[in-house]
Amino acid sequence: MATKVIANKEVEVNDEGYLVNPDDWTEDIARAMAEELGIELTDRHWEVIRFVRNYYKEHGKSPTMHQISKGAGVPTKELFKLFPKGPAKKVARIAGVPKPEGCI
Amino acid sequence: MTEEKPRKMAFICSKGNLDMAYPALIMGWAALTEGVDVIIFFTFWGLDMINKKRVDHLKLPPVGNASMRTGMMGFPIDFGIPQWMGVLPGMTEIATALMKKKIAEVEAPPVKEMLEMLHDAGAEMYACKMTVDMMGLKEEDLLDVVDGIVTAGQFIEMTEDAQIIFI
Repeated sequence: MATKVIANKEVEVNDEGYLVNPDDWTEDIARAMAEELGIELTDRHWEVIRFVRNYYKEHGKSPTMHQISKGAGVPTKELFKLFPKGPAKKVARIAGVPKPEGCI
Repeated sequence: MTEEKPRKMAFICSKGNLDMAYPALIMGWAALTEGVDVIIFFTFWGLDMINKKRVDHLKLPPVGNASMRTGMMGFPIDFGIPQWMGVLPGMTEIATALMKKKIAEVEAPPVKEMLEMLHDAGAEMYACKMTVDMMGLKEEDLLDVVDGIVTAGQFIEMTEDAQIIFI
């Protein structure tokens, strides 16, 4: 565990760069995380991010790609375009929740 | 600046039984969501997975399968199902229905839907030319997710830098 200043806020992150405490998350942190990953957030990105945050709040765990696609109504193809090369990890990081553990 | 080469995984699907269709689909999906490139080659019985007429009718025959036990059917006592029972009419259908239920319980979609998910996520899929010829199939017999019919040699060329997994 280490602390890191993201978007002028000191937060705890794990070895892979995920927020340790999802409550530390702010929209500015999301923007900064996305920038680090080379993603410019559009409204559609925010829809996915909000879905992931809400899912985490409700279920206490991060949704998998398939759950995001079904739940947020974003087709797989689009999801992979919004968050290219490994959307599961990228969305979770930007949304400030842990890496999803499900296989599908 | 040196650009890192993306990791690439290639799966060879050679089996047409329901339980043997899933390993490549699940690992392939996991790879894609982790940002790994995926290429799948369907050969021999594995061609059933991308055959329009066969994909929704893949089966799990209980004969010769020591892992098929009563415990997975929800019985309190877990014993092996005798082989002779497996050959009774209808046993393959029962085992298949049971497996489909188990698969649905862990939220894994049916084979055809998973193939579409993988394709939409960027996986490349190829049918083995020799098997297609041998089985007397045509391109229109195969699902739309298939990118083409290629020879074993072409597949080997395509997967030069890939980690290859044979199923």
